Amino acid sequence: MERLIPNPTEAATPVFDGHVSDGARAVALLRARLAAMEGLATPDLDGGENRFLSFTAVAGLSGLADALPWPGLPRHALHEVVAADPAMAAASGFCATLLGALSQRAAMPVLWVTRSLTLYGPGLAALGLNPARLVVVRARRNRDVLWAMEEGLRSAALAAVLGEADDVTLFASRRLQLAAETAGVTGFLLRRSRSPSQTPPPSAAVTRWRIAPAPAPTDQSIAVPRWHVELLRCRGGRPGHWLTDHQP
Amino acid sequence: MPARRIVYLSLPAFATDRVGRKQPQDELGPFATVITSRGRRVLMAVNAPAQAAGLAPGQGLADARALCPRLAAAAHDQAGNARSLAAVADWCLRYTPWTAPDPLPATGIGGDAGVWLDISGCAHLFAGGADAHGEAPLIADLTGRLGRAGFSARAAAADSPGGAWAMARFGPRSTAVVPPGGYHTALAALPVAALRLPPATVEALNRLGLRRIGDLHALPRAALEARFGDTDSGHVLKRLDQALGVRAEPVSPGNPRFGRPLPPWRARLALAEPIDRVEDVEAAVGHLLAELCPRLEREGRGARRLELMLFRTDATLERAEIGTSRPSRDPAHLVRLFAEALAELAIGPDAGEGIELIVLEAVVTEPLAPAQLVLNRRGDLSTAGIGPLIDRLTVRLGAANVTRLASHESHLPERAVTHRPALARAADDTGCGDRDRPVRLLRRPEPVRVHITGHDLPDRFDWRRARYDVVRAEGPERIAPEWWRANGLGDAGGPPRDYFRIEERAGGRFWLFRSGDDWFLHGLFA
Repeated sequence: MERLIPNPTEAATPVFDGHVSDGARAVALLRARLAAMEGLATPDLDGGENRFLSFTAVAGLSGLADALPWPGLPRHALHEVVAADPAMAAASGFCATLLGALSQRAAMPVLWVTRSLTLYGPGLAALGLNPARLVVVRARRNRDVLWAMEEGLRSAALAAVLGEADDVTLFASRRLQLAAETAGVTGFLLRRSRSPSQTPPPSAAVTRWRIAPAPAPTDQSIAVPRWHVELLRCRGGRPGHWLTDHQP
Repeated sequence: MPARRIVYLSLPAFATDRVGRKQPQDELGPFATVITSRGRRVLMAVNAPAQAAGLAPGQGLADARALCPRLAAAAHDQAGNARSLAAVADWCLRYTPWTAPDPLPATGIGGDAGVWLDISGCAHLFAGGADAHGEAPLIADLTGRLGRAGFSARAAAADSPGGAWAMARFGPRSTAVVPPGGYHTALAALPVAALRLPPATVEALNRLGLRRIGDLHALPRAALEARFGDTDSGHVLKRLDQALGVRAEPVSPGNPRFGRPLPPWRARLALAEPIDRVEDVEAAVGHLLAELCPRLEREGRGARRLELMLFRTDATLERAEIGTSRPSRDPAHLVRLFAEALAELAIGPDAGEGIELIVLEAVVTEPLAPAQLVLNRRGDLSTAGIGPLIDRLTVRLGAANVTRLASHESHLPERAVTHRPALARAADDTGCGDRDRPVRLLRRPEPVRVHITGHDLPDRFDWRRARYDVVRAEGPERIAPEWWRANGLGDAGGPPRDYFRIEERAGGRFWLFRSGDDWFLHGLFA
């Protein structure tokens, strides 16, 4: 298989010399080495923090702090968000929260490639995504969505790119993942699931989430978003399930 | 101000040439186009072999078939002729930025056509050797290329459209160029028909012994005006003055650019060998931009709109146009935009003849200060370095689809946010977040079927082929219509809306409103 990720700085790569007696340590070293090859390691040269978006800093999603095997959400990567509801409302909110945090951190705009012009500024702003930093692109055809996403991911002037693409082949997602890695722009694929049991075919995304709305507790206004966040797949991590409240 | 110089390109057999030129010359048989006139099929235009067989326009098709059984005939397609002629006029843009097709006559017999070219200030490109003006070589080049493309063509240059028309259609073949001020002598020898007069007028003048234009000069103008000045006679005096250049004549009101000053930002590249691969065209565009951009830089300008014209050897033209969100003179960026635009054109070894001339023109330019490449750290859209990305997206998807959300002062939720071009200047008026507003707002409220028992809130509703059970509702929030905008737009004058936040059993949250007795779904909460 082709190697998708250029090796990060050699100094940051843990070395397995083949003489380690302790089995657990060997496995840990190999894991770290693999992660480094995939661009997901924590190189300590640039502080490491810059390659990840820590969930603790994201309003509303701090409960996900331990969800991933890394210090946060890898920024140089493609992520997949599957919407449980056909209108994609909860998943849109989840993505808007992440885009807002990424945009704020990098002080750069984000690109949202949509199929329909239904995004609403005041609602997005309430989730932390400043409409002044949002470029909304409408593409009617699936291949235009993918093209616009790739253009955005290759442009270093953006913090993140989101695309609403229903039909993404493994090859197309690999292109997007590669583009995200190269320019350091975080990519999101927002997809609908055709039925609750069925999940989309595999992709090259580093993580795959499934977002469903959750009923509000009786003592809480329904204006406070509450989501079932499910981590379906994660390279080197374990699937999990969380309930988040987006408290103001 | 330099004198105006006009070329009239006469295409005497246009209607048949445009059909026949696709076939090899030696296989070309007699061919005619036919119209139905008073129930009778009549030849409208005939090609050279048909003419040699003794056929002429105006003849009945049955008679013609009797004379020449091999005659091929097709319906005379005036709309197709007009389209074809417009394409030829476009192709003539290789000589000058101002060309216009001579409108095809609505009546009359014949398959002739013509194109106007305003070559003021353009002919020097062809100057060389013995000819200092370059007009004669230009005309030779024009008719030569059209001849190779299968059109019989003649052209003449003069100071006035009327003079050029007369010389191209009636002048001796040896004089294609009337030197400035040389009309009286050149035109005097031509028949009066060269004044673009109706046939009846020509006949009447001939009966009076007025056969040549020179004969009209001798007459008192008042008498001429009194006898032949009306519309039916075709305004003889006016036509005479137009031919002499005494009376101004707008050539084509249909082409708004005709007669304007020469656009200064133009670069052309003539190719010794025709090219047909997209990569080669892109490389050529790179050359042209390398020529144009430094000129823009010296003048402190950047291009907002650029037009690329690709002239094929068969007298057709392909155009590509790009726009930029802000003035640019960065060749690498502009080349990428053209690469997107060229992908939409049919260019390739299998798509038509090769391209022999490429012209690039910056149609709209704006001032652009030399040092503009400072990246703003705040990252807001108006200044960040995403301009090139926005341009690429816009070229492919259209300006209406590359937008940002701008807030607008309005009570109505659908009016409070508008989509504006991504880099449009706007105050930092993005508004603050509002938890009472949804993340997605339908472009138009969609009616829902509700089921209400007991109180006035729905128990369940149907939307887009799904049923939702309501478990909680918050509201109402009353939003009154903007009565001061009641301009017949429907919702402006409607009843007030009572909005409810509604949670369904699975946790999905919707924004519904009641207007009168009807319920609508307007938005989706995260």
